[in-house]
Amino acid sequence: MHEPVIFEHSRPGRRASSHAGHEVARVDDLPADQLRVTPPALPEISELQAVRHFTRLSQLNFSIDTHFYPLGSCTMKYNPRAANRLAMLPGFLGRHPLGPVEHGQGVLACLWELQEMLKAATGMCAVSLTPMAGAQGEFAGVAMIRAYHRSRGDEARRVIIVPDAAHGTNPATATMCGYDVREIPTDSHGDVDLDALRAAVGPDTAGIMLTNPSTLGVFERRIEELAGIVHAAGGLLYYDGANMNAILGRVLPAAMGFDVVHINLHKTFSTPHGGGGPGSGIVAVNERLAPFLPVPVVGRDADGYRWLTERELPLSIGRLSAFMGNAGILLRAYVYMRMLGAEGMRRVSGYATLNANYLMTKLQAAGFEAAYPDRRASHEFIVSLRKVAKETGVTAMDFAKALLDRGYHAPTTYFPLLVPECLLIEPTETESLEELDGFAAALAGIRELAYRDAGELKAAPRRMPVRRLDDVRAARDLDVNWHGRRATPDTHA
Amino acid sequence: MPFIPHTDAETASMLGAIGASDIDSLFDEIPPQLRIAGLPGVGPGFPEAGITRLMIERAERDGRPLCFIGAGSYDHYIPAAVWEVATRGEFYSAYTPYQAEASQGTLQLIYEYQSMMASLTGLDVSNASMYDGATAFAEACLMAVRANRKTRARRVLTTRALAPVYRDVARMMLAGQGIELVELPLGEGRTDLAALGNVENHEFAALAIPQPAFLGTLEAVDELTDWAHARNMLVIAVCNPLMLALLKPPRQWGSAGADIACGEGQPLGIPMSSGGPYFGFLVCREPLVRQMPGRIVGRTVDIEGKPGFTLTLQAREQHIRRSKATSNICTNQGLMVTAATIFMSMVGAEGIRRMAAASHANTRALVAALTRLPGVRLAFPVFGHEAVLQLPRPAAEVVSAMSARRILAGFDLAPDYPELGNALLVCATEMRTAEDIDRYTDALGSVLAAGRAA
Amino acid sequence: MSDVQAGLRYTRDHEWVRTEADGTVVVGITDHAQHQLGELVFVELPDSGRTLTAGEACAVVESVKAASDVYAPVAGTVVATNAALDGQPNLVNASPFGDGWLFRLKPDASDASRLLDAAAYTDFIAAEG
Repeated sequence: MHEPVIFEHSRPGRRASSHAGHEVARVDDLPADQLRVTPPALPEISELQAVRHFTRLSQLNFSIDTHFYPLGSCTMKYNPRAANRLAMLPGFLGRHPLGPVEHGQGVLACLWELQEMLKAATGMCAVSLTPMAGAQGEFAGVAMIRAYHRSRGDEARRVIIVPDAAHGTNPATATMCGYDVREIPTDSHGDVDLDALRAAVGPDTAGIMLTNPSTLGVFERRIEELAGIVHAAGGLLYYDGANMNAILGRVLPAAMGFDVVHINLHKTFSTPHGGGGPGSGIVAVNERLAPFLPVPVVGRDADGYRWLTERELPLSIGRLSAFMGNAGILLRAYVYMRMLGAEGMRRVSGYATLNANYLMTKLQAAGFEAAYPDRRASHEFIVSLRKVAKETGVTAMDFAKALLDRGYHAPTTYFPLLVPECLLIEPTETESLEELDGFAAALAGIRELAYRDAGELKAAPRRMPVRRLDDVRAARDLDVNWHGRRATPDTHA
Repeated sequence: MPFIPHTDAETASMLGAIGASDIDSLFDEIPPQLRIAGLPGVGPGFPEAGITRLMIERAERDGRPLCFIGAGSYDHYIPAAVWEVATRGEFYSAYTPYQAEASQGTLQLIYEYQSMMASLTGLDVSNASMYDGATAFAEACLMAVRANRKTRARRVLTTRALAPVYRDVARMMLAGQGIELVELPLGEGRTDLAALGNVENHEFAALAIPQPAFLGTLEAVDELTDWAHARNMLVIAVCNPLMLALLKPPRQWGSAGADIACGEGQPLGIPMSSGGPYFGFLVCREPLVRQMPGRIVGRTVDIEGKPGFTLTLQAREQHIRRSKATSNICTNQGLMVTAATIFMSMVGAEGIRRMAAASHANTRALVAALTRLPGVRLAFPVFGHEAVLQLPRPAAEVVSAMSARRILAGFDLAPDYPELGNALLVCATEMRTAEDIDRYTDALGSVLAAGRAA
Repeated sequence: MSDVQAGLRYTRDHEWVRTEADGTVVVGITDHAQHQLGELVFVELPDSGRTLTAGEACAVVESVKAASDVYAPVAGTVVATNAALDGQPNLVNASPFGDGWLFRLKPDASDASRLLDAAAYTDFIAAEG
């Protein structure tokens, strides 16, 4: 299986597009010194060649539609096709973002109702839909925390506390917002070390960023005490909603003591991952932070729905996008949430947790070591392969590559960093019992092979479009642009 | 149960294997006082047929008014095949390509995208996308501050000729790190070169130049680039990628060329869709690559020497470098890049050039027709596919009256540029026909006549 | 096991320091550090002439799985950098105490109080695990 790079299909002068129009409008009124002399080196191919090329490329991918995809902390559940079809109705796609609201009541009604459902699901009092990914939701949340402290004249708070198990986006976000990061450790049961937290908080504490259930796949049991410690020090609590699928309809982030939460709609609410986006990282806040929400927000009055902007929210942290975030993604989440309803949302967390605990039990019975065997799994759990690795040399990465050969996408490997040789496994609620059993059997088979023929696993994968790739060469002899490859002459201007 | 495959018997046997009595008991580590029984605020579930009826009704309610607004989002034609292929499940429902062997399709496509964007801008290295044009601009500013080793200035110079909302978003994203955005004033709808002298004595990490400018004019990119380079600044080009098929690429600005190019990718095959999802592009010269935020795909070989693709230079990114990463960005706009890459492949350089040229010609035709109406004047010469008209009445009133006639007349400039008076920014892409332009002209004529009579 | 060379001074951030006859000091990263990072793909060095305070982040060593800051072991002015690393960053892996040196400083004073001798550094990396 090999598909040439698209430029290799290109032939000078081939023009088979029917889209461009047959006449070329004159541009001789433009100043000559501003005009392009050499055209850009885009492919010159027919529509059929393009369709074939990109269809073939698509067939080189794993995806939810084709494979079980148990990536921990990523919530790779089924993306219902109805959500895509309905978000791509011509009336929605053709709407200009700056069009007057009288020509947007349909889309605004969906977005307003989405805000209301997200308030209900988080227990918060206000929502902004504008953040375009989880990391931007984090940025918005931490920027609101900063704006809150500033509004009180409290300039001394310059530290954001982050547990060592946190996603890398948390410390990166705190830095982007101008904060220093203080990491605190996790105890042996997977909970935050509260003594370390007590020692870490003080008059310089702006807040804490926390995922609950954590990336270790367990629920932070002393969350109320933890919230009390941070609030008593004058800090605020940020909820990273990456793992919201685990608690939907079971416990509200607001009740746990959080002041602000972001939710990845592309995880919990099933909008597509699209090979890396677009996502949506909506933020929900309590009364304390509501005045600082990013704009625009959808409002409703007697005349219908309208945008609330800087005029209505003068303390807003401002705008995070040119228009209204990833509106089309918001529509997909809206369709999914309406299809689920309250009961369906509670079933999501219920069956996601059932699948995770079942798979953990099954793997433990097969001799795998759970990282936190005395704990209930949330919607995901960690298996540590440290014993196998020590005894056979076969690592978590080798397991991951061997799974690909067996038709399963690899779980998240080497994250969280706290657990050596770990696989973080999140099956999601949309997978069937036979899929889980098949996956468990595949892992057990790989483990058995590790003790028999470790070399075979080191050579995996064998059945994928490529074998293991040379990452060092990729970074050292950088080839990121077909036209700029050093080995061949530069063909563009 | 919607989307959940379990039979009752399966659920019972799974609970039995776990040793749990029921599903609710799996939440026993959540403190009892925090547990809730349901989400009354969400309402009941809706079958697919019902939500389909509702969404069709709402989409039709929004209608398809005739669109003459640009201002950062453009109504260009998108070949049907683009989204047919982009929404194939293997693209649509794939994750970020961290497992390279199982993601060669997405990775090769991003590599092809990077190559196309590099060629459009003339620069060396493109990343795999930012959220949108405004955030790409903000990240370009942050990148320039980190990359410029000739100055420690935490200040970026830009101009009021850049889209106002790009400046708003950047100011907000730069504020946390104490970086200031300074604006040059306007003269004749573009950056006022005479004002450069006023900032001569300050240090800046970069000068950011739009092309075309927000008001449809062309910037003096050669003079501005050379001026900035002579003062140790990097040059950031903020471009419309469609217009780059006609206009000189940033690499050829001035004697040395721009260092970073960024902008909104929407014109390349992305529907207007109420403002998103779109994608931002960010391209730079190779020596700046380690300050580039976001994902980058590289071509390499596998253990058998066969070519393959993988994410590279990941040590810049948040999942490895954490608080010292170049940005917190993780998820980007992958599916939009998929569509744009297919779009650029199908339409080609010549097709994009024709779209740009036709948009320019249509906008000139629109301006010619409208300026025959009494009291309507063209503010600046038309060089792109947007133009500023000065009206005898406040633009907000005209926009509202035209909206009632199902015509989106343009973008009211008064809130952002009060010095331009009753100014309206209009755009006629290649999608507008001569009949559309006649309809606009007739409607505006009667709206203005009604205003005079009142 | 990692090599620790006698006669050099070390920091807890895994830099080594060698004082030359002319009073300048040469700085690199230890064999232990290059083992931890894996094969280097890029090294970013400070500009010559830059003045550094002790403990200031001034260089970056990057592998495919990590990027680490290198901190100035002592205060001083950068007088030279190892240009060979530009094309061959893996010299640091092959010869961390020799051809893989990073930069040379003219120190402000001879204060080396935060530095460890070889025995102390050996104990330190053993304790770090």
